[in-house]
Amino acid sequence: MLKYIIKRLFQGIFVVIGISILIFIISRVVPGDPARMALGPRAPQFAVDELRKEMNLDKPLPVQYYYWFKGVIKGDFGKSLNTKRPVITDVKEFLPATLELALLSGFLFIIFATIIGLLSAQYRDTWVDGLTRILSYVGIAIPSFVVAVLLLLIFGYLWPVIPTLGRLSSNITPPPTITGLITVDSLITGNFAAFFDALKHLILPAIALAIGPLFQEARILRSALIDNINKEYISVVTGYGLPKGVIMRKHLLKPSFIPVVSVMGLDFASLMGNAFLVESIFNWPGLSRYGINAMLNKDLNAISAVIIIYGVIFLIVNIIVDLIIAWLDPRIRLGGE
Amino acid sequence: MKNNISANENTADIKKKSFLSDNTREKLRIYWYKFSRNKFSILGLCIVLISIFLAVFAPVIAPYPQHVKEFVDYDKAGLPPCASYIFGTDVFGRDIFTRVIFSFRGALLMSVIVLAIAVPVGVLLGLIAGYYSGTWIDVIIMRITDVFLALPPMILALAIAAVLKPNLTSSMIAVTVMWWPWYTRLVYGMATSLSKEYFVKNAELIGASKPYILFHEILPNCLSPIFTKMALDVGWVILIGAALSFVGLGEQPPTPAFGQMISDGARYMPDLWWMTIFPALAIAFIILGFNFFGDGIRDMLDRGR
Repeated sequence: MLKYIIKRLFQGIFVVIGISILIFIISRVVPGDPARMALGPRAPQFAVDELRKEMNLDKPLPVQYYYWFKGVIKGDFGKSLNTKRPVITDVKEFLPATLELALLSGFLFIIFATIIGLLSAQYRDTWVDGLTRILSYVGIAIPSFVVAVLLLLIFGYLWPVIPTLGRLSSNITPPPTITGLITVDSLITGNFAAFFDALKHLILPAIALAIGPLFQEARILRSALIDNINKEYISVVTGYGLPKGVIMRKHLLKPSFIPVVSVMGLDFASLMGNAFLVESIFNWPGLSRYGINAMLNKDLNAISAVIIIYGVIFLIVNIIVDLIIAWLDPRIRLGGE
Repeated sequence: MKNNISANENTADIKKKSFLSDNTREKLRIYWYKFSRNKFSILGLCIVLISIFLAVFAPVIAPYPQHVKEFVDYDKAGLPPCASYIFGTDVFGRDIFTRVIFSFRGALLMSVIVLAIAVPVGVLLGLIAGYYSGTWIDVIIMRITDVFLALPPMILALAIAAVLKPNLTSSMIAVTVMWWPWYTRLVYGMATSLSKEYFVKNAELIGASKPYILFHEILPNCLSPIFTKMALDVGWVILIGAALSFVGLGEQPPTPAFGQMISDGARYMPDLWWMTIFPALAIAFIILGFNFFGDGIRDMLDRGR
């Protein structure tokens, strides 16, 4: 098991290097002269030349990449054109908000996918099952940015019971930054007013991100459960007289979660992509909104930083998913080969 | 039984070829039977045909084709849905229905071009890497593929579109660049196992050329999953294209696109709700259609049953 983890981490390092090369190519080769872009079209030529030297742009590309990547490893992504601050400072400020949102929506879709999947397997071919089937089609068909716009319409204008913009109401004192996740920080400091306010702000963007994959995963869980319940080993353990709860947990749920968890990994990727749109719609001060603003302003340093960070996050998520699957599936855990 | 007879006619309608022999007729009949067992597939087929029809004949069908260019008529601005403007008009007095129909055109054009480039490239690389699996060719191709697959697709597309000039072509390039690796990986797995099969070994012994083995021996056995994925992917390309145009990295105004119409409309919520709702419904319609259609294609090409 440990060997497997080490192997995955080792592969992961190469993938991250690959991503960095890809990003370097996208950001340096495609758009022309980064020094000129950094200073603007009206800057004098000598200033541009100076900056070119400073950014090592006068050297051949592989050397440029070497200097750039050396900086990236130390967390030095250069300065942002937009905010005029080092990109890493921006990242530190905006990343926690995105993590908070992603964690909550991930949590939402895991919990509700499980509940709904169980319910529709239990009451299969009844209206419960039919409803989740229809909702899973709706989840496929309506992109999350449209869900976000609709939620904004409903809760922003028609029924304003939940705040729709930002992270915290202006009349609430934010808790001191410990983890950067406002909900966690306010719980640690015992500031329940801030906790509930932060949670209220979180819930709509989290729903917008979670609702699409949620019902599809519930469907996958349902069909896995129905497949497995008719397998012979279930009859065997029932025949042995094992208690129902044990059969349910150990013999039915565990194998049925294998396909769900692998799809969840993919869904988490699309969730991270969708966060780019959803965060800007809800004015959520996270890394994805920062990334979108960087993209719209061609702020190349910021774009590369955001993409590398998302690449690393996605990599970690994938490793976690693989570990969970290995834990669920004895064929992998015990090394079937 | 009655169903079967009409199914037969329909098949002939859809794939109308004058040279149908009895044998191909029978094959088509089986395909149609498998495809049409699920009623959602037929619904999907209908939606796909309607979308293609709307896209191709947009200038003829649309009631106000001039509304997709620079056009302003403030007298008719912000009209709710009515008889002459069934989806209402936007803040410039342009007909939403016309603009939605033209958006179908852009969206379908985009997915056709993206898939027409990404699928052959991805499949070719997958075939080569799979056939030469275990060699340095395999290592190079598949490690590059891994890098592309290591990023969430939408983020990569956004980044590529962002460094290029914002327009439809750039968003097509962006989506194409992120799309091929999925086909490479799909084909790679199949090609690796197929290249160990006896019929491939046989062809090698007889002295068949490498291209012959790749395209005549291995590729035909990979086609079903490729076609299934393509049918499903049309909807996803449209979705990503809509997302790109939503943030302003796709088709530029005044030419309409789904995402751009939704983000424009969102600014006039809730008063001019029709500016957002109808483009949103149109996206849902087309994505759902291609998903049902793709499921149908999968049922049809599935050899297991």
